[in-house]
Formats: sequence, C-alpha cells, structure tokens
Amino acid sequence: MKIFIPNSAFLGNIDPFIRSFDISNTSALEITSNPNWVSVHPMVLAMIAALGLNVKPENIRISLESKSGAYAVRMGLYKMLGLSCDVKITEHAPEGRFIPLQQIKNSAELDNFISEMIPILHKDKEQASTIGYIISELGRNVLEHAQAPNGAILCAQRYEKSNTIRIGIADTGIGIKKTISQSHYAPTDLAALRLALWPGITGTTSKAGGTEQNGGAGLFFIKSIAQVNKDFFVIYSGKALYKLLTNKTMTLHADPFDDRHSLSEEMPHWPGTLVGIDISLDQTREYDALLAAIRKTYFSLRKTTTPYKRPRFI
Amino acid sequence: MKEIEIFERIGKKDFAENKDVGKEIRLKEIMPELENGRVVILNFEKIDRASQSFIHSLISDPIRKYGPNKALDLVLFKSCNERVKSIITIVVEYMQDALNKNQDEN
Repeated sequence: MKIFIPNSAFLGNIDPFIRSFDISNTSALEITSNPNWVSVHPMVLAMIAALGLNVKPENIRISLESKSGAYAVRMGLYKMLGLSCDVKITEHAPEGRFIPLQQIKNSAELDNFISEMIPILHKDKEQASTIGYIISELGRNVLEHAQAPNGAILCAQRYEKSNTIRIGIADTGIGIKKTISQSHYAPTDLAALRLALWPGITGTTSKAGGTEQNGGAGLFFIKSIAQVNKDFFVIYSGKALYKLLTNKTMTLHADPFDDRHSLSEEMPHWPGTLVGIDISLDQTREYDALLAAIRKTYFSLRKTTTPYKRPRFI
Repeated sequence: MKEIEIFERIGKKDFAENKDVGKEIRLKEIMPELENGRVVILNFEKIDRASQSFIHSLISDPIRKYGPNKALDLVLFKSCNERVKSIITIVVEYMQDALNKNQDEN
C-alpha cells in the first residue's frame, strides 16, 4: 500500500488524497509526503495508523521531510506502529491543542479516554461535552459493529486560526456494508452508508426501533451535530465516501441524500470505516437546539397521529 | 419500588454514555422490577448529559416488552435536567413510532 500525503488534506479537499491511496500489496506500507510542510486532518493520521497496524513494522517505510516527520512523531504515529524515528522533538504538553493517536479496544478504554482526555483538549464544558458525545458514539460503533481486532484508532487536533477541533476515527473491521447487510438490503457500499446514516436503521435488526442495545441513531446524531454547526462530516467505508457539506440551514433530514452533500462510489476500497468531523468552536450551537432539531426530524417521519405516551419526570 | 442512581452506577461521571452499563442496569435491575409490576425510579441527579445510545439501552426494551403505557407508568425519571429530559423524550417517542410501524407491518 502506498500513501502520499499532500501539502493539505482536510475534509473540504480530502477526496483527491483518498483517491490517490494505493491499496495494492497489503503486506507493506509506504508513506511519502509533499517535500514542503504538510498540514492534514486527524482523519488522515488515523487512516495511516489503522492501516499500519495491519502491517509488520519491518514492512513499513515512512519518508517525511523533517517538520512533517516531527509532527508525525508528536502525534504518536511512529510509537503506535512500533517504529523508531531519527527525528528528535521536544515534547510539550498537548493540553488544549491535540490528542495524539489512541488505540481503543474495549469499553473501559473508551470510558477512560472520554473522561480523561476530552477535558484536556477543551476546557469549555459545553464544547468538551459535544466532542465527548461524538467520540462516545463513534467509538462504541467500532467496538460493537466493526469486528476490528485493532479496535478504534482516533486522534484530534485543535486549530487555533479557524478555532476548530477536528476529529478522525478509523477502523479496519468488516465495514458498513457487511454490518448493515446483516439485516437490510444494501447492494453497494453507498447504499449501506445511506442506510447507516438514516435514523432508526441498524445492522442488528430489520425491525423499526432497533434492538434493546441499538437504536440505529448514533451516526444520525453525529451527522446532525455537524450539520447544525455548519461543519464538515465525512464517512468512508468500502469504496463509498459520503461528505456532508457545510450548510446554511439548520433543517435536518432523515435521508442523508437530502442534505447538502457530495458522494463518491469509486474510492480505493477501505477495509473498515473511516470518519472525520470538524467542530467549529465559534459557532457551536446550543445542544438544546440540536436536540430540538433531531426531535423534529423524527417527528417528520411519523406515519400516525396517535398521541405519544409521555415519560414521567419527577 | 426501586430507585437507581445513574451517577453512582456510571462511575460518578456526569456524562451517561456507556451503554454496556445501561444494559447491565436494564437486565439486572429494571426488568426484574417490571416483571413484578413494581415501580423503578431512574435518578439522573448530577448527570449533565446522556447519549441517545445510553438511554436507548435503558428503556427501549421495557417499552417494547411491556408497551409504552405500562412501561412508562412504571419507569419514572427523577431529577433530570432539560437536556436529559430531551434525550429521554426523543427515545420514548421514536420507540412508540417504531412499535406502531412494526404493528402495521405485521
């Protein structure tokens, strides 16, 4: 496999980078970069690390110019892949700036990550909670559905200039098509992505409302968080990539294809699922407004006028 | 009647998100009480937020097994802030819609 890291690869311009990823020869991984300084979304690092974990360290070759090499060291890429690196860095505490690559293989590790690491990334409770929500839902998706021996690989970074936190999470499990196809008809990777983003659809059952453990709403909630904050959200599995584009309206749609988006069905085959999301801190909407919009979307899907039995709050 | 303090059960955290813990509470505490027709109070004091997945893991099965009327008469939600109330309401509503849909299809 070969990955060339361009000068810039963020969610807005991630497509050419992903298209250029060479998936042949899965027993070796070669990473090269633009000779100048590279600046990439954490999703790119999560992707490289997730692939690298499936390759013997002696078959991995990373060739990055010195500044980019130092960045890769600081974000924990070499360490995670069991590689040594000649680039020497002075490690400063990452508080408020980034979360280096993490591997999460079980519920306890995810619990610990959410309670220990998220407050380090952002001190503001409101925004830290939103980030925690995203990582919780995405992490648990991997642990429950992906069947990924290496678990979830994630990292995050805060970009001061745009005041944005960017999160990437990758797995090399069975992918969304196999998961969704356990209970639904999904002939292509893109059809499976569409179903996975639809509220109330889960691979664990064909019944509405999901199972006792899965409501099929996790990805819909994540996409909704990005949408109400006017941020990018990318999900890539198999050969399909869905990108939620920035949007001026706060109207959520059950069908992800009704949102402003772009699609590709001809990407190199990603063996699992890769998710990237941006959270603009300047315009993070009140969580309450998000929940109201989500509730409205569910309501729009109603086929009955039967009044609801209300929960009793005491 | 049984009262379950969610804050204590999830390791004294204010974000209720671990659905494995939710499952354990449901299987070991909520369902046995409901089986005997007894009231269960889910106390959300000190909980700032809850994920949809966590709430789903607690209450979707009671609603499905006992129906919304019986389940929501027996399961009460105590000391919820507005956010937690909203998430609970979303789950309660989509479960009722799902049950109606599944009935229509059968």
